[in-house]
Amino acid sequence: MNILVLLKQVPDTTEMKVDKETGTLIREGVPTITNPDDLAGLEMALRLKEKTGAKVTCITMGPPQAKNMLRELFAMGADDGVLISDRAFAGADTWATSNTLAAYIKQIQYDLIIAGRQAIDGDTAQVGPQTAEKLGIPQITYVDDVILFNENKIVVKKALENTYEVLECTLPCVITTLSTIAKPRYMHVRGISHSFEKDIKTVGLSDLNIDPTIIGLKGSPTKVKKTFIKEVHQNLDVLHLDGKASARKVAEILLDMNFIGK
Amino acid sequence: MKFDLSEKQAMMKKLFREFAINEVEPIAAEIDEEERFPEETVKKMAEIGMMGIPFESKYGGSDGDTLSYILAVEELSKVCGTTGVILSAHTSLGCNPIYTYGSEEQKQKYLIPLASGEKLGAFGLTEPNAGTDAATQQTVAIDEGDFYRINGTKIFITNGGYASTYIVFAMTDKSKGNRGISCFIIDKDMEGFSIGKTESKLGIKGSSTTELIFKDIMVPKENLLGPVGKGFRIAMETLDGGRIGIAAQALGIAQGSLDQAVKYVKERKQFGRPISAFQNTQFTIADLQTKVDAARLLVYRAAYMKDKKYNFATEAAMAKLFASEVAMEVTTKSIQLHGGYGYTRDYPVERMFRDAKITEIYEGTSEVQKMVIASSVLR
Repeated sequence: MNILVLLKQVPDTTEMKVDKETGTLIREGVPTITNPDDLAGLEMALRLKEKTGAKVTCITMGPPQAKNMLRELFAMGADDGVLISDRAFAGADTWATSNTLAAYIKQIQYDLIIAGRQAIDGDTAQVGPQTAEKLGIPQITYVDDVILFNENKIVVKKALENTYEVLECTLPCVITTLSTIAKPRYMHVRGISHSFEKDIKTVGLSDLNIDPTIIGLKGSPTKVKKTFIKEVHQNLDVLHLDGKASARKVAEILLDMNFIGK
Repeated sequence: MKFDLSEKQAMMKKLFREFAINEVEPIAAEIDEEERFPEETVKKMAEIGMMGIPFESKYGGSDGDTLSYILAVEELSKVCGTTGVILSAHTSLGCNPIYTYGSEEQKQKYLIPLASGEKLGAFGLTEPNAGTDAATQQTVAIDEGDFYRINGTKIFITNGGYASTYIVFAMTDKSKGNRGISCFIIDKDMEGFSIGKTESKLGIKGSSTTELIFKDIMVPKENLLGPVGKGFRIAMETLDGGRIGIAAQALGIAQGSLDQAVKYVKERKQFGRPISAFQNTQFTIADLQTKVDAARLLVYRAAYMKDKKYNFATEAAMAKLFASEVAMEVTTKSIQLHGGYGYTRDYPVERMFRDAKITEIYEGTSEVQKMVIASSVLR
């Protein structure tokens, strides 16, 4: 069986600083990491590989530097890596990205596609579901556990706001994973040693059968007009109450604001 | 001349850093306080291939190089000197002699379990009356046909209480002095082997430092490592490599302690300003980081030379001499920058200061390093 994992290299937002004058993010010098939800998805894929012998292929769309990420994923145990990279793909929004991913995936064999729920830089949670739509296969989002996986089907636990659903789905399908699905393993030292011997398949525009008007910045319906930091206003009330009364007051406020229910 | 790590080494460093921060730092103070050997950490290091970094995968290793292994000791020691020396003694002193001098059978039997981390290794040269003067070995191995009968005592053995495989030196011919010493692989399960006193120490308190007692151990002849009478040479060459590991431990302790001081001086306010705003603090930090970087260049050079199979004994001695002295200076001044808080166990610099001292002593004191360096320079 073939498991494809879709991953994205993102700026480490915990290290992110904001330009005080322009209000935009300073990306220079910010280390990149593998998006956490995606990495958890890979861990799930590797566990399924250990159980079933499936082959795990990591696919990313990004600049040439994303090869470093793919080498790290090899060092964790991924079998193959594909970098979809071309100037023509740059600046893509989720729609153009999923067009590109789907165009490549249509060319290859797969039984299961795992994508992280969302990326920490854009937080859209759209690429996984859109890719499923464009491939015409079913999808289950917000997956928090895989209960069963065999050649015919997958059974998963899908997280809802306060509860779970257990869903069964035929293959092939797309699941999008929460970062809590599985704690990513460390790279293996021997895996690092050998990761540089592996070939990374690079896919460019000429390798895909795709309409060039639906990719990259030009093919993206989303236009970013302005990036800014929301101004936060806070009203401060100072109350002097004893322990019991303060607890009651806090509970009232939270109830008022619908943070808790009766 | 290049000063960059290779991409592979940089990826290793990233892994070791993550591992050190997530798995080692959180328990560093606890294992020091409780003087507890961190068996769980050794198991975790084994799982990710850290126990045999510079050895080939056919021998259970990870196909890395000496510099990658040195990066591991450095990153571990930045947060915990104990964990740094466990890895260093195991790799340089436990595994490396078998890798370098062992027969194929010995590698199959002993190196694979060590390099894969299934078992832990240790090295026994020092005796109560044979420290720097290692040639006055009193442990004796008598040839009895298919076996050597070994009797004697070793002291200050790092990993002593938790190892399974010991590289041990004994006199096979007292009349020949240095040339009468031979090297043996001893298994902890051999009849007559026991662990004696466990030392209570100033620093690296989580590491297991013990006495080894050999009472009529019958060691099979196939456990002789290298030729008869070549033990002293094996010991000295093994220690040349081990010194790079200890130098890396010293380097790690120094950088780790300085990182703590840098963090502290930015937070601590006196006279209305963070103390990092005072020039005394700035000059001290500048001096210390410069020295740590100089130590790092010496340590990496020695590792690089070992990887290139150049003679590296002098450079390893320089690296250890300098890095250990830098570790003492940096940890002392890191406490000074912390003021009274630095003297308490609430801040890790107190532990790092205690851990630093041993790096000037074991695997050859600073004085021994100077002897090695001088003999090369004045040759």
